[in-house]
Amino acid sequence: MLQPYIPILIQFVIVAALGGIIIGASAFVGRKPRTREKLSPYECGSLPVGDSRGRFSISFYLVGMLFILFDVEAVFLYPWAVVYKELKWLGFIEMFVYILILLAGFLYVWKKGALDWTR
Amino acid sequence: MTTFSDTEFFLIETVIKIAIVMFVLLTAIAYLTWLERKVIAHIQSRWGPYLVGPHGLLQPLADGLKFMFKEDIAPLEVDSVVYWLAPFLAFLMAFLSIAVIPFGTSFTLAGHVIQLQITDLNVGLLFVFAVTSLGVYSVALAGWSSNSKYPLLGGLRSSAQMISYEISLSLGVIGVLMIAGTLSLRGIVDQQAGLWAHSGLFSLLPRWNFFLQPLGFLIYFTAAIAETNRIPFDLPEGETELVAGFHTEYSSFKFAIFFMSEYANMVTVSAIATLLFFGGWLGPSFGPYWLQVILPVFWFCLKLFCFLFFYIWVRGTLPRFRYDQLMAFGWKFLLPLGLLNILATSFIVAWVHS
Repeated sequence: MLQPYIPILIQFVIVAALGGIIIGASAFVGRKPRTREKLSPYECGSLPVGDSRGRFSISFYLVGMLFILFDVEAVFLYPWAVVYKELKWLGFIEMFVYILILLAGFLYVWKKGALDWTR
Repeated sequence: MTTFSDTEFFLIETVIKIAIVMFVLLTAIAYLTWLERKVIAHIQSRWGPYLVGPHGLLQPLADGLKFMFKEDIAPLEVDSVVYWLAPFLAFLMAFLSIAVIPFGTSFTLAGHVIQLQITDLNVGLLFVFAVTSLGVYSVALAGWSSNSKYPLLGGLRSSAQMISYEISLSLGVIGVLMIAGTLSLRGIVDQQAGLWAHSGLFSLLPRWNFFLQPLGFLIYFTAAIAETNRIPFDLPEGETELVAGFHTEYSSFKFAIFFMSEYANMVTVSAIATLLFFGGWLGPSFGPYWLQVILPVFWFCLKLFCFLFFYIWVRGTLPRFRYDQLMAFGWKFLLPLGLLNILATSFIVAWVHS
């Protein structure tokens, strides 16, 4: 039963080895005349100002949260879609109610302005 | 001649298939960069690469060598483990998802049936989505570990964009799943075989899912362009505002690896579009046995090439979105449209099947 997954394991090992070799080789082969200025983070040629891991917009968190909600929804729809032809109208009504509830939540989020990036 | 046991044959067959697929994919990616530069150049009335080899055909090779011998800089104060892990993850995820993509039918060799696909998972589509979406980690980690302001902003923007469009991406294909009733990519293609017989005007059209799910296709492909961070959705790399986005601090082959992964992802999403909506390898097949094996592979590659050309064409045509427009488009337009498409499709499918 797990046999189809063996090629994936082999592929994983091969790709991982290839990636490791490529990254390692380029780090090994290239020239390395290093100075402090060259190793400083890029900031348009001037000296870096302040901490580079500063605070950022709360909207990114919000998007992350909404993603979890709606992606779980999408994943729920997958098994339903696969067996949908056998469920017919029962499946339709059940999923209709489910999507309707989610749509209500979606409209609420929209109304609250969580989807507006510039606020 | 020695004979192999089934297990040995299976393992050898798998390794050979992986080697061929990886070789073809890496070459295709290298020449995709050449094609892109050439096509964009011609769109802009330039010549593009012309010096290395005839028509610049050896340019990808020269680029690869140059990347290899370039100075490999890791800036001070990077989070070194994560900094090195990020390109590795990008490479791994981009090249792992190709394992379930079928690119032809099957043929018989020495009594064994060999499928032209590394492995046929019964959850193939889910596997592709799962693995490609893990690619978000590489972008977010690269941006975070670089200890620089532009990569941080680029990484954040990029991950927000990728997760936003991933929802539309997965909603867009659900219509196809309802029609096909399977998650196996081979199964989905097999179900599209033949023509629309007995339907009057359309009886000569192939039974591709595209004709049943045009809206689903548009949602999927728009989201796919955003997922792969391509123009017009290439905000993460918007060089006019963010230098180079999340890979600003990466040099030599680590930088090249991000590009290779981007192109590999382009190939993967185009392959999925081909398989789900345009009948994969299906096409006119005739002639002797070997031709009947090769022709489907040819049709598959042709369709794939059309999508990849379309990608480049879009890049040569459209300007970049503004970030708030991008988010609004994903959340307020594509997502409701995807849900609407699911409701409409489920209604029609239930109607037809009862």
